[in-house]
Amino acid sequence: MLVRFFTDLRAGGVPATIPEFLSLLDALDSRLVDSSPEEFYWLARLSLVKDERHFDRFDRVFAEFFRGAEKVFEKIVAELPADWLQAVTQRLLTEEEKKRVESLGGWDELLKTLRERLDEQQGRHEGGNKWIGTGGTSPFGNEGYNPEGVRIGSPRGRHRRAVKVWDARDYQNLDDGRELGTRNLKMALRRLRRFARDGAPEELDLDGTIDATARNAGLLDLKLVPERRNAVKLLLLLDVGGSMDPHVRLCEELFSAARAEFRHLEYFYFHNFPYERMWKDNRRRFSVTTPTWQLLRTFNPDYRVVFVGDASMSPYEIEQPGGSVEHWNEESGRVWMSRLVAHFPRLVWLNPEPEERWQWTPSVQITRELTGNRIFPLTLRGLDEAMRELKRSGGHPAPPAG
Amino acid sequence: MNDTRFSGSDRYVATPDLMMAVNAAVTLARPLLIKGEPGTGKTQLAEEIARSLGRPLFEWHVKSTSKAQHGLYEYDAVSRLRDSQLGESKVHDIRNYIVKGRLWEAFESDVQPVLLIDEIDKADIEFPNDLLRELDRMEFWVHETRELVKARHRPIILITSNNEKELPDAFLRRCFFHYIRFPDADTMEKIVRVHFPALKKELLAEALARFFDVRETPGLKKKPSTSELLDWIKLLVAEDIPPEALRGDDPKKAIPILYGALLKNEQDVHLFEQLVFLNRRAGR
Repeated sequence: MLVRFFTDLRAGGVPATIPEFLSLLDALDSRLVDSSPEEFYWLARLSLVKDERHFDRFDRVFAEFFRGAEKVFEKIVAELPADWLQAVTQRLLTEEEKKRVESLGGWDELLKTLRERLDEQQGRHEGGNKWIGTGGTSPFGNEGYNPEGVRIGSPRGRHRRAVKVWDARDYQNLDDGRELGTRNLKMALRRLRRFARDGAPEELDLDGTIDATARNAGLLDLKLVPERRNAVKLLLLLDVGGSMDPHVRLCEELFSAARAEFRHLEYFYFHNFPYERMWKDNRRRFSVTTPTWQLLRTFNPDYRVVFVGDASMSPYEIEQPGGSVEHWNEESGRVWMSRLVAHFPRLVWLNPEPEERWQWTPSVQITRELTGNRIFPLTLRGLDEAMRELKRSGGHPAPPAG
Repeated sequence: MNDTRFSGSDRYVATPDLMMAVNAAVTLARPLLIKGEPGTGKTQLAEEIARSLGRPLFEWHVKSTSKAQHGLYEYDAVSRLRDSQLGESKVHDIRNYIVKGRLWEAFESDVQPVLLIDEIDKADIEFPNDLLRELDRMEFWVHETRELVKARHRPIILITSNNEKELPDAFLRRCFFHYIRFPDADTMEKIVRVHFPALKKELLAEALARFFDVRETPGLKKKPSTSELLDWIKLLVAEDIPPEALRGDDPKKAIPILYGALLKNEQDVHLFEQLVFLNRRAGR
C-alpha cells in the first residue's frame, strides 16, 4: 500500500527517492508514529520531502491517497462481524464513552445506526464532500479511521483535525518558480560566473609559494596572486512604466540580485521598446538620456545583454517610425533592436508576462523573431535557460536589419 | 516516554510536528535539516535539544569562506614551517600541528553529543557534498597522520539553512527535513508566555493583535518574526507601557508604539506611515 503512495508521490512531482522511502519504512518500524494519521503525515513529509516548495504537491498527493485508503477501510468496516466490532470498541472506548453508548440505546442499537450511517456516508462521499461530517458530536463521527485499529466515537474528532493539516494546503504559495526571491535569482545568475584573476596580487598562491620555497632551498618565499573575480560583463536594459507596473517588484529583485552578483554591471531603462535614447535615472528620464548609439559604441560585444520587458504593445510601436507612444522616433524600434542584436551576439530578452499569454500578443512574436527566439519567461527556469543561452560562446546570427 | 524523547522545554515551545521531526532524527540517527523564516528559532532548537536531553552541544557556525575540511581538522603548515626554521623540537611530530575541527570534537565526545551545523547555505555550493561521507559513516581519514577518526557515538546532527542556496540532492537525501512554519496566534501566545511569564494578559493580547496586524500589512519587505516580537514585548515591559496605549481608537490609525523593534527597514516604516496617513484622511 505504501509503495503505491511512493509512486503516487513521484508521479505527483515530489522527487522522492528509494533510500528516502526506505528510511520512512525504517521510521515506521521503530514505532515513532503513535498511530495517528497526523503523525504519519508528518513523518512521511519529514523523510520524503526535502524542499518546502514541494510541500503543497505532497499535501495534494497525500490527501488523494488518504481518500483512497479511507474507501478501502470503509469496505472492511461494512463487512465486519458485529461481535468483533463490539469487542474492539469495548477495548478502545473510555468509561465515559461507554456510558454515552448506553444512553444511545445500547450496543445493538448503536451498531445498527453505525451501519446505516456508513451506508449513508458512502453515498455522500461519492459526491466529494466526505470530509465534512458531524465532527465530534456523533458517537461515530466521520473520524473512524486509524491506520492500526478502529477508533469509533472519539469525541475529539481527531481525524477531521488531521485532515485539515494537509487539506488546508498551507504551503501553496511556496510551490514552484512563481515566487522568485532575490536569493533564487542570484543562484540562477550565478550560472553566468566566469572567474578570472585580475587586479592587485593580494591572495597567497600556495602552489607558487611551495615551488618558490623549494627552489629557494627551503627558505620561505611567499608568492601572491590577484583574487579570482567574476569577469562577466552584463548590460541590463529594463522596461519601465505603463504595462510593466505590475512587475516592478520582480524587476527590483532581479536588479538587486544582479547588482550583487556582477562586478561589471551596467543598466539602462527604456519604455516599451528600445529606440534612439535610453536613460539611467527615471526621475530625469526626459532631461538626462543616453543615445543608444553611444551605448553601442561604449560597450564591447563581449558584454552580455539582458532585456527585461513585457514586450506587450501595439505592433506599430515596433514596426513604424514614429510609433513610440512617448515621442517621435525617426527610426522604428525594429531598426534599433536589430542594431543591438547585431552588435551584441550574446543577448536575451526576459519577459515577466506568463508564457502562455505570449502567443496572443503579436508584439511578443515580433520580439521573438528579432531576438532570434531568445525570449525567456522571468521565472527561475526561464532565467536559468537564459543564463545558459548567454553562456554559450557564439550567439545566434542576427536577423537582417529591416 | 523515555529520556531520549524531545518534547520542548520550559524555554522553548515546540509544535507536535517539530517534536516528531526531532525524535525521528534522534531515533534513526539521521541529520535533521531545519529551514524556516528568519527568527523562528532554528538555531535555538539545537541548544534546547542539548539542554533538555542533557547532551553536550558542539556548534559549527558556517561562513561564506568555510570549507568542509575546517570542520574535520586543519593542518597548520605555516607554524610548522616557522618552527622548523627556528629549530623547535616539536616539529618532528606532525600531530602537534593538526588542529581539530568541531566535527572531530563531537566525534570524540564521551556521551552522544548534539552537533549544530548552523547556516550551511552560507558556505560554497559544494560544501554539503564534501560532508556526505562524514555524515553518512561518521568517520573520516586524517591524511597527515594516516589515522581513521570514528565517532564514538553518532551525534545528533542539526543543520539549519536560510535558503540562500539550494542544497545538493545527494545531501538532502540523507537528511530529514523540517520547515518551521510561522507560529499561529495560539502558539505565539505560548511562546511569549514562556519568555514573559509575568506579562499581563491584556498587554499580551493587545501586543499580539498589533503584531499580527503589522505582519498582515501587504507589501512589507521584511515581516517581523518571533524574535522581533519578543524584543518588542521586552521593550514594552521595560518602558512599562499600559495596554491601553497599544489599543488606540483604530489600529490602522497609528504606527505601533516603539515600532523600531518590529520594522527594521526604512521602506517598511515609510510604507506604514503612508498607510496611517491615508487611513486618517479616509477616516475624516
